Amino acid sequence: MYKTMHWFFHSKKGQDSPFKRILIHIILIFASIVAIYPVLRIFSISLRPGNRALSTSLAIIPPDATLENYRLVLFGDPTRHLKSDFFLWLWNSLSITMTTALIGVILSATAAYAFSRFRFPGRGPGMIFLLTTQMIPAAMLLLPIYMMLVRLHLINSYLGLIIAYSVTSVPFSIWILKGYYDTIPPDLEEAARIDGATYLGAFYRIVLPLSTPALAIVFLFNFMGSWSEYIVARVVLQKQDMYTWPLGLWTYAGQYTLAAGRFAAGSILVAVPVMALFLYSSKWLISGLTLGSVKG
Amino acid sequence: MITLTWNRVVASLAIITEFLIFIIIGLALLEVYLYLIFHRKPRQKVLGAIVYGLESVDAALVLALFYMLLLRAKTPPASLLMFSTIFFVVSLVVIFLLSIPRSTHVGLAYLLVAPAFIGVLFLILYPFGYEIYLAFTNAALRTMRNPSFGLQYGINNFKAVFTGTVAHKATFWQVLIRTILWTVINVFFHVTGGMILALLLNRPLKLRGIYRTLLIFPWAIPQTIAAMSLRNEFNYMYGFFNVMLKRVGMQPIPWLQNPHWAFAAVVISNIWLGIPFMMVIILGGLQSISREYYEAAEIDGANAWHQFWNVTMPLLRPVLTPAIILGTVWTFNNINVIYLITQGGPQERTDILVTSLYKAAFSFYRYGFSAAFALVIFIFLLTFALIYLRVSGGLKAVYE
Repeated sequence: MYKTMHWFFHSKKGQDSPFKRILIHIILIFASIVAIYPVLRIFSISLRPGNRALSTSLAIIPPDATLENYRLVLFGDPTRHLKSDFFLWLWNSLSITMTTALIGVILSATAAYAFSRFRFPGRGPGMIFLLTTQMIPAAMLLLPIYMMLVRLHLINSYLGLIIAYSVTSVPFSIWILKGYYDTIPPDLEEAARIDGATYLGAFYRIVLPLSTPALAIVFLFNFMGSWSEYIVARVVLQKQDMYTWPLGLWTYAGQYTLAAGRFAAGSILVAVPVMALFLYSSKWLISGLTLGSVKG
Repeated sequence: MITLTWNRVVASLAIITEFLIFIIIGLALLEVYLYLIFHRKPRQKVLGAIVYGLESVDAALVLALFYMLLLRAKTPPASLLMFSTIFFVVSLVVIFLLSIPRSTHVGLAYLLVAPAFIGVLFLILYPFGYEIYLAFTNAALRTMRNPSFGLQYGINNFKAVFTGTVAHKATFWQVLIRTILWTVINVFFHVTGGMILALLLNRPLKLRGIYRTLLIFPWAIPQTIAAMSLRNEFNYMYGFFNVMLKRVGMQPIPWLQNPHWAFAAVVISNIWLGIPFMMVIILGGLQSISREYYEAAEIDGANAWHQFWNVTMPLLRPVLTPAIILGTVWTFNNINVIYLITQGGPQERTDILVTSLYKAAFSFYRYGFSAAFALVIFIFLLTFALIYLRVSGGLKAVYE
């Protein structure tokens, strides 16, 4: 008896005691449930038939589960005069987000290189400036940008939102990429230059290919950042047919009872691919982020 | 019936392609121009006048176009645009022919920075300048077309921020205190929760990968969706929290009707959303700490508690410091969660500074006031950041 107790409560070298391990598992299981339960709730609401989308049941799979909500969101229902704007929203979001991410990468790839490798007058203030822009709340520059877009007639257009999103994405991208370039030893480029390559040639042939993961991270980060953005989009896009999916889904979430099921179904349809992508790439996302923030 | 049509797809692709081509051509011209300035000098002294003259004319032309576009808010007519582009290209060719290469150390750096600099100028510096201008006007919905500018308006605006109401009822100081409370509570729980989970995940354990994946869920789900659905979970009748409370025989809580509970609701939601980020950052930091330190500490007789404070924490600092700065700024600036769950209500009792600002600008259309308000918030954040950087010595790391 004593022996078992001892085995149960005492740790061997490099390993926790079984009691401790069980305790850790219990805590982690509990935390995992807290983490995923709200997501499961959305899933469960999306499966409920329209007339009882709101209910006090806590079952994940309702007994009368149906895919009706998904059908309504995806294809609409002519008999009830329900049009499906879902693909339109997705397309709007996709166009805006991809362009924003692309512009972020294009503008930042070279600038970050200059900040990483050259000592030029204005470099220090430039870096401080980039850091400062990270402090700016999205809401703060939103007003002048909104007024600028109004005057340039870019309200209700893709370009307007792309411009508004680039405000945060460009400085952020430079910051992250500079951190990554700093980790690539300059010896490689020096060697290439001794062999006759120009500065630009060395950047293009050596640094850029080595930075593919970082470029991908920046693209992904910018994509994620603007993909589910609601606050800015609400101001810039006022016409229903220009809506991105967060605005569109909010029209469902805004009305009560009737659309809660459709809102949940739409959320699942949008969230699952994004979450899969995020979870799949989380390792790189994280290393990219820590590199960027720690290395400065 | 699906409303996305083929025509629509083609039309939007055309818009985007046109936009990208426009940007690329513009940047290419700019790069050539800068190349000529930094990397070439006039062939002979006499030609200098022509070369520098053309360079100045080109600069003036571009500035004039920008002036029209941004300050007069007129899209330049197509003929003018055409003419200036042709003139610009021709002058570049002439400058090239009249000049010879010269060596430079920093020229390339400026060439590399230029595209981003133009972008930042257009996206941040100009709006920022415009915001300062707005703060000194009486701009509002009615006067939006041509607001009057004057020092007196500026003084009034800034005075209004500190003495009047920022949105409808709440005053600046109430909202400021709530914002600080919101930020401190959230960051504290993010770091503590993240730390506990990271420490547990850092031990040798079965199923570690699965736990980690599941625990990242709140970070992976788009914040908009999470906030919108959590709003429904705080519903009095059907929300998860009240259903649970009723099942265990307790009174349901008026989450979204009572100001205090509403604040609790948004804080709970944001804590849930923010823990995974800290957990992952801390886990990354923990994994980079060599086991040898702990072995050495064990030999010296340090228990787990001492090991945590004397080995783990100091070695985590380089990871934790930027993460906490980032987390603080993000939380301080987080509009999404509050706006989507309570919209700052009831009676503006869950508003923080940024949601008040958003409402002042886009619900109450007090543009001049909002600009002043935004500047006050910005100065507040900047002071915080500078003090923090000075204290933690992070400013040097930026210069490096």
